Amino acid sequence: MAKPYLSLEFVDKSFERNGIRSEVLTQVSLGVQKGEYISIIGHSGCGKSTLLNIVAGLTQATSGVVFLDGEVVDSPGPERGVVFQNHSLLPWLTVYENVSLAVDKVFSRTKSAAQRHEWTMRNLDLVQMGHAKDKRPSEISGGMKQRVGIARALAMEPKVLLLDEPFGALDALTRAHLQDQVMQIHTELGNTVLMITHDVDEAVLLSDRIVMMTNGPSAKIGEVLDVPIARPRRRIELASDRTYLRCREAVLKFLYERHRFVEAAE
Amino acid sequence: MSVTKLKLNDDAAPARKAEIIALAREPRKARRYDLATLAGRVAGTVLPPLVTIALILLLWEVLCSSPTSSLPSPTRVLEESWELIVNPFYVGQGVDQGMFWHIFASLQRVAIGFTLAVIAGVALGALVGQSDWAMRGLDPVFQVLRTVPPLAWLPLSLAAFRDGSPSAIFVIFITAIWPIIINTAVGIRNIPTDYVNVARVLRLNPLEYFTKIMVPSAAPYIFTGLRIGIGLSWLAIVAAEMLIGGVGIGFFIWDAWNSSLISDIIVALVYVGLVGFLLDRCIAFLGRIVTRGTANA
Ligand SMILES: Nc1ncnc2c1ncn2[C@@H]1O[C@H](COP(=O)(O)OP(=O)(O)OP(=O)(O)O)[C@@H](O)[C@H]1O
Ligand SMILES: [Mg+2]
Repeated sequence: MAKPYLSLEFVDKSFERNGIRSEVLTQVSLGVQKGEYISIIGHSGCGKSTLLNIVAGLTQATSGVVFLDGEVVDSPGPERGVVFQNHSLLPWLTVYENVSLAVDKVFSRTKSAAQRHEWTMRNLDLVQMGHAKDKRPSEISGGMKQRVGIARALAMEPKVLLLDEPFGALDALTRAHLQDQVMQIHTELGNTVLMITHDVDEAVLLSDRIVMMTNGPSAKIGEVLDVPIARPRRRIELASDRTYLRCREAVLKFLYERHRFVEAAE
Repeated sequence: MSVTKLKLNDDAAPARKAEIIALAREPRKARRYDLATLAGRVAGTVLPPLVTIALILLLWEVLCSSPTSSLPSPTRVLEESWELIVNPFYVGQGVDQGMFWHIFASLQRVAIGFTLAVIAGVALGALVGQSDWAMRGLDPVFQVLRTVPPLAWLPLSLAAFRDGSPSAIFVIFITAIWPIIINTAVGIRNIPTDYVNVARVLRLNPLEYFTKIMVPSAAPYIFTGLRIGIGLSWLAIVAAEMLIGGVGIGFFIWDAWNSSLISDIIVALVYVGLVGFLLDRCIAFLGRIVTRGTANA
C-alpha cells in the first residue's frame, strides 16, 4: 500500500510542569487516505485536542513524526485548516473580514483582489452565511459562528481540515443541521477531514473510519472502526440501518464497557 | 437517542421560525419603553448633578459672603472676573491672552507629549508583553521610573532641552507613558491563545500580527492605559507650566496668584476641570468606538 496522505508515526506527547511529567499520548500511529473522513472519539481529557494540535503543528510532539503529503509537519500553516473547539473568530472583525483575513493571506500572490473577494463570498455561501457577512461575531448565534469558522478553514483550501469538536457547544437541532452541511461539503469538495467528537451518532454518521482513544493518562489508539455505509448518507434512513446500528454499538461498547471514564484518573 | 434524532429534520424549520418572531418582538418592546421613560431618564441623569452644583454654590456663597473672608464668593468671582469670563478669545500682549488661548497652548503641549507617549508606550508595551526577556529586563526599570513624580523630571529636561516648551512636553511624555506601557503589556499577555493560534495557522508575519491581532485584541487594555495617561498628563501640564512660564493655563494661574487675582484663579480652575473631564471623555468615547467588537466578546 502506498504511503498514506496524512500519517502519524509513533507520536508521543508529554507535558512537563513544575518538574512533574505527565504523559498524555503514547505511540499514536495513524494513516489517513486522501479524501477520507476520520473521527477521533474518546472521553474528555484523554488528549484528543492535543493530538489535533500536533497535526496542526500548533503543539510539538515529544517524539514521533507527522507527515502530510510527503512533508514533515513541524509548524502550523494554512494547508492544515483548523476549526477550533470554541470557534475563535476575531471579535473585532466582521464575518466577511474574518474569512477574508485568511483568504487575503493565503492567496495574496495567486489571486487578484476581485478573485479573493469572490472566493471569500463563495466560502461564506457554502456554509450559508453570505447574508450575515457584515455582522460581527457577537451579533450571530453559536451555530453561525461555527459555520463561519468552518468557512474560514475551508477558504484556505487546506490539504486536511482539522475540526476540534466543531459542534460541541451547539444544541441538538443546530448540530444536526450543521452535520448535514459538513457532509454535503465533504461530498462536494472531497476534503480530507480529521474531526474530534464526543458524540457517537455524529461519529458514525459522518466518518469513514472512527478512531477510538483509550483514557488518559498515556492515551493511545484503542481501536479503529471502519464504517462501511455508502454515501450519501441520510440520518433518517440510517436510524434503522443494520450497519449503522452495529457501528454505533461497537463505539458505545468501547467507550462505556471497556474504557469507562474513571473520575479518579483526572 | 436515535429516536430524537429522527425527528430533528422535521422540527428544524418551525423551531427557526419561532426564533425569528421572538427577535422581531424585542425591539418593538424596547422602543415603547424608550418613549415612555425618555423624559424621566433625561431628568434622572441631568437633575442630580445640577442640584449638587447648586447646593455647592450655595454653601460656598454662605461660607465666603462675609467681608473678612479670604476667598471670594461665587458672586464676587463673577463680578471681579467678568472681563475674563466673557472674553475667552481676547488677544493681548505676551501672556495677557484670553482663557481660550491659554487652554489651547496647554492642550497643544499635551497633544504632542501624549501622542509621543502613545507611540512609544504601545511599542514598548508590546515588546514587554510579547517577550519574556524584555519583560525581565525592562519591567524592574519601568517599575522604578514610574514612581518618579512628573515634576521631578522638569529640571532634568530643562537642562537637556534648555527651553521651557519642549521640557513641558517631555514631562507630559514621561508622565503618560508608564500607564500606557503597563496596560498594553497586560493586554498583550492576555491575548487568548485561540487568536494566537489563528495567527499561527495563517502564518501572519510580525507586522501583520501586530496590527491585525495584537493591537485590536489588546485595545480595551490599551485604552484603559490611555485614559489614565491623559488624566495624568493634564495634571502634570498645569504644574509644569507654573514653573516654565509663557502662555498656558498653568502659568496663567501662577501669574494670577502673583497679582492676587484670586477670582481669576477660580475661573481658571473651572476651565481646567472641565477640559480635563472632556479629555477623559474623548478618550473613553474613542475607546468605545474602537473596541466596539471586543468589549462584549
Ligand atoms: N499546555 C498543557 N500543559 C499541561 N498539560 C496539558 C496542556 N494541554 C493539555 N494538557 C493535558 O493534557 C490532557 C489532554 O488534554 P486535551 O485538551 O487534549 O483533552 P481533550 O481530549 O481534548 O479533552 P476535551 O474532550 O475535554 O476537549 C489533559 O489532562 C490536560 O490536562
Ligand atoms: Mg479538546
